[in-house]
Amino acid sequence: MKLIIIDYGAGNIKSIQFAFKRLGIDAILSNNIDEIKTADKVIFPGVGEASSAMKMLRESGLDKIIPTLKQPVLGICLGMQLMCNFSEEGNTKGLGIFDVEIKRFSNAVKVPQMGWNTVSNLKSDLFTGVKEKEFMYLVHSFYAENCKESIATTTYETSYAAALQKDNFYGVQFHPEKSSVAGEQLLKNFLALKTDN
Amino acid sequence: MLTKRIIPCLDIKNGRTVKGVNFVNLIDAGDPVILAKQYAELGADELVFLDISATLEGRKTMLEMVLKVAEQVNIPFTVGGGISSVADVDLLLKSGADKVSINSSAIKRPELVNELAEKFGNQCVVVAIDAKQINGEWIVHLAGGTIPTNLNLFDWAKEVEARGAGEILFTSMNNDGTKAGFANEALAKLSTELNIPIIASGGAGTVQHFVDTFKMGKSDAALAASVFHFGEIAILDLKQALKKHTIPVRI
Repeated sequence: MKLIIIDYGAGNIKSIQFAFKRLGIDAILSNNIDEIKTADKVIFPGVGEASSAMKMLRESGLDKIIPTLKQPVLGICLGMQLMCNFSEEGNTKGLGIFDVEIKRFSNAVKVPQMGWNTVSNLKSDLFTGVKEKEFMYLVHSFYAENCKESIATTTYETSYAAALQKDNFYGVQFHPEKSSVAGEQLLKNFLALKTDN
Repeated sequence: MLTKRIIPCLDIKNGRTVKGVNFVNLIDAGDPVILAKQYAELGADELVFLDISATLEGRKTMLEMVLKVAEQVNIPFTVGGGISSVADVDLLLKSGADKVSINSSAIKRPELVNELAEKFGNQCVVVAIDAKQINGEWIVHLAGGTIPTNLNLFDWAKEVEARGAGEILFTSMNNDGTKAGFANEALAKLSTELNIPIIASGGAGTVQHFVDTFKMGKSDAALAASVFHFGEIAILDLKQALKKHTIPVRI
């Protein structure tokens, strides 16, 4: 299994690498386009601010490559948000894989949402063995609206998409690498997805 | 529903866990990596490690410890103590820390909060504030609570929020080590006047103290050390009691 974590300078990817190591998989950190194309599975991480992260993707040409990948791709947190059409954060045009916009929570709630919240309406193979209303760890100020590509929802101020899927592309707003046993199950499920490469 | 967080805090000196009572009289409470792993398994929602090593050698040991914790622990953790630059934070995050907590260095140079928020995102910037109520006013203290400043707790908290702090860790020095409960009045005021999460710290002694800080103190998370390290309160028992009081928790 060749698992690549896309390393484009956005955020803490060490935790994701360690989480896979606990599952017995040595993930490779890479921003090399040829290497990413030949991976069995790809993780697209991201922590930080949307427009600067998109800028880094454009500079490395990754913005063109990621939407063309055929193997399972999992976007995590900001990674998931960048896979969407547009983000209110820095008025950023995203990769357009998921047909949804990213909005900011209003100041009616504390922003960022920080901590453990439940995921419901679980719909994909990604959630095999994960029960409805399982707790996942989230840290974010922006969220994806519910849409047809939603495969899980969470409620904070409003009900929103906690996970998205379209074809071989998956995205989760929460941090499976920090979500205890349930998060580990989700990562195992991702590793078990079929690869049509 | 977003749950209230229970956060054991491990004070680290030269790679070992210690707990200060009123910031003095350190008692050994074990190996931090083993403790961290146990806490994750027992249901802690997050962990905080505060480095109180004074030497360069102690700081290096801390980085090695952060790496070991990140390797073995599957819940988020914050590292604080002795952080004064973007480079310090970069090293900690690269070693696997999820968030960093800054205290005195933010008071000495408030722009540090902006710099960290811009570079790493405000979600990983926790500003810790030690304050003591003197003649009715909450005064921020420096250097582990030893030196009073001319800053008011609420003004300072609002300033760091505006500068990009993602969270406030407020330790009441009046309450710390007393096991007589958290400073809920000040906490509630912080929670109402600010729009970022507030972590209550200082004073945990009983389960009821946690109930009170979530209900009366409007805290988003509660941090404690010795009640957990010495087994006085089990995290699962605590969470079950909180649930009975209709406080949302992760069990």
